[in-house]
Amino acid sequence: MAAQPETIDQVRAVTEQKYKYGFTTDIESDVAPKGLNEDIVRFISAKKNEPEWLLEWRLRAYRVWLTMEEPEWAAVQFPPIDYQDAHYYAAPKQKVRPKSLDEVDPELLATYAKLGIPLREQEILAGVEGSENKSPAIAVDAVFDSVSVATTFKAKLEEMGIIFCAISEAVQKHPDLVKKYLGSVVPYTDNYYATLNCAVFTDGSFVYIPKGVRCPMELSTYFRINQANTGQFERTLIIADEGSYVSYLEGCTAPQRDENQLHAAVVELVALDNATIKYSTVQNWYPGNAEGVGGIYNFVTKRGACRGKNSKISWTQVETGSAITWKYPSCILQGDNSVGEFYSVAITNNRQQADTGTKMIHIGKNTRSTIVSKGISAGKAQQTYRGLVKILPKAEGARNHTQCDSLLIGDQCGAHTVPYIESRNRSARIEHEATTAKISDDQLFYCRQRGISEEDAVSLIVNGFCKEVLKELPMEFAVEAQKLVGISLEGSVG
Amino acid sequence: MIEIKNLHAKVDGKDILKGVDLTIRPGEVHAIMGPNGAGKSTLSYVLAGRDGYEVTDGSVTYYGKDLLAMEPEERAAEGVFLAFQYPVEIPGVANTTFLKTAINATRKHRGEKELDAMQFLKLLREKTKALGMSDEMLKRAVNVGFSGGEKKRNETLQMAVLEPKFAILDETDSGLDIDALKIVAEGVNALRSPERSMLVITHYQRLLDYIVPDYVHVLAAGRVVKSGGKDLALELEKNGYRDFGVDEAA
Repeated sequence: MAAQPETIDQVRAVTEQKYKYGFTTDIESDVAPKGLNEDIVRFISAKKNEPEWLLEWRLRAYRVWLTMEEPEWAAVQFPPIDYQDAHYYAAPKQKVRPKSLDEVDPELLATYAKLGIPLREQEILAGVEGSENKSPAIAVDAVFDSVSVATTFKAKLEEMGIIFCAISEAVQKHPDLVKKYLGSVVPYTDNYYATLNCAVFTDGSFVYIPKGVRCPMELSTYFRINQANTGQFERTLIIADEGSYVSYLEGCTAPQRDENQLHAAVVELVALDNATIKYSTVQNWYPGNAEGVGGIYNFVTKRGACRGKNSKISWTQVETGSAITWKYPSCILQGDNSVGEFYSVAITNNRQQADTGTKMIHIGKNTRSTIVSKGISAGKAQQTYRGLVKILPKAEGARNHTQCDSLLIGDQCGAHTVPYIESRNRSARIEHEATTAKISDDQLFYCRQRGISEEDAVSLIVNGFCKEVLKELPMEFAVEAQKLVGISLEGSVG
Repeated sequence: MIEIKNLHAKVDGKDILKGVDLTIRPGEVHAIMGPNGAGKSTLSYVLAGRDGYEVTDGSVTYYGKDLLAMEPEERAAEGVFLAFQYPVEIPGVANTTFLKTAINATRKHRGEKELDAMQFLKLLREKTKALGMSDEMLKRAVNVGFSGGEKKRNETLQMAVLEPKFAILDETDSGLDIDALKIVAEGVNALRSPERSMLVITHYQRLLDYIVPDYVHVLAAGRVVKSGGKDLALELEKNGYRDFGVDEAA
């Protein structure tokens, strides 16, 4: 159905919606000088009081990075990044690391409160101790620029042997675990942005779930970029030991700025025998304004290794922010009968660009993977689904099902689907389905005739389109994600 | 009271309505009959405010307000309801969700408190039961995979929930067999009330056996060319639209 010219005008009028999280917090920061060289790498490592092996690892990565070139195969366009024109370390200025939340700068806490994060430990605890309170609690690790500010709920988790802390803390307290697994899924030679991350990563979360333990609450990291001209290079490592289970949520926001900011994170997941990791992301970085000025470059490497038999890794992502998204959460299905899942909603509006998808590498016998990707494009946005399904010779009985649906709003946006399929085992079964649709004027008029405003109608229709993915999110975040879907597309009707 | 005066409208640059006059008082049921291309569906879309239907002259006064100045959703909130000839499918959106969003949007517009989940479900159960519909239909996505009869019943349910002051039924009989038609007509009749006006648009007299109108109007070539009581419908059934310069057999 062709869009009415009036509706397209309305889209233009409203798409320039305000970014709700565009405030900055006035805190003195401890900032490294601009630029990148071996001294900066050493500076970061020294700030973190890191052991020699980690510094060496960073330096090896840095030297490899110098020989690498930025990837150009993604369907995104941006002016060259000057890697010397950014700060690689910024920390809120504090004399000593806080021992409890009471010692955390109230400005910081106020910022998180504005973001709606349940950081105050006592409040959360109050919600948990009441036995009639059904809603599961959430433990939050908040990363403000490069430093993990506070980790709630630590004591309660410790009782069960669960480790949930800043990765810099894990380096100090659990060096054996970090040394064993860091870089074991995403090696320091992996790709341009991941290698850069290895050299300069500042903080991030570390999770270890011991054998047979089912983590009783959602673990969550809330990232926020505050400092201007700061790259955020967080590093997350999650290890689920045999027979354990964990659900982890990552949420991201950034203040509104005219410059582009680089966010090059690495997330590594390791699932051993019979373990399950569910990793959910709600990404709402500042997308830039309607003309495409400013916004975050979200160049992220996320990969999970299903190392053990019957292990499972499930990625769920709702990507509504960032000027450019370059991200392919992947699963290496090494253990026999292991399962990989990728559920994605990506929304691009105005001038946003996204090249996102997944890789499912089937190595073990009877490995299974499911890919459900829902892309929504509005305004002048361009979006690409890029996915690889690879079946190696020994993956007897491997199965994959891929479903890629695109929804276009207006007539100036684009959606592209680039599936790569490589099968080297005859017994493998691979299915790929793809659809492209537009929100029709008939649907909009039908909703409006029932009293629903145009904006709410778009939100309703898009939420219906994404339902299969949104239902995979933990309950507490599903509602937030639904609202975010509406906000990201405010007025974008066609 | 709804007063349509000298209403002219264009679609794709073509004049379709050429001076429609019609007055509908609270509680009255008016039927609009007419041959294909007379402008029946255009009239319903113009009243509901669909984009692309351009009013070139005339007015519609709705309980003292200028209906044509309102957005479609405002008209809906003011109590205008259009039962669609071809109800639209909305994949992934449960009927319940759709109805709840709709009723709360209208309540908000009227300055009434929004219904919470429990209140809404209670209301929905009552209405569903009264129409003899199954709960299963409520869980399905709006009109997706519905039979012709189910779609029209679903329109009736929406009307029952939204409780309009002025309901326009556009070719509600199209695509229905006689049993489905009876069920839908029963639903509509149950919604007749002294405060609620209805405009029933139909090509065939058959529907009017079940939804008996107070007045019947013949719309031909964009104008109301004859008005009368319910007997006019029977007359049309016998003689066709020939008397109005339209030969449908041609």
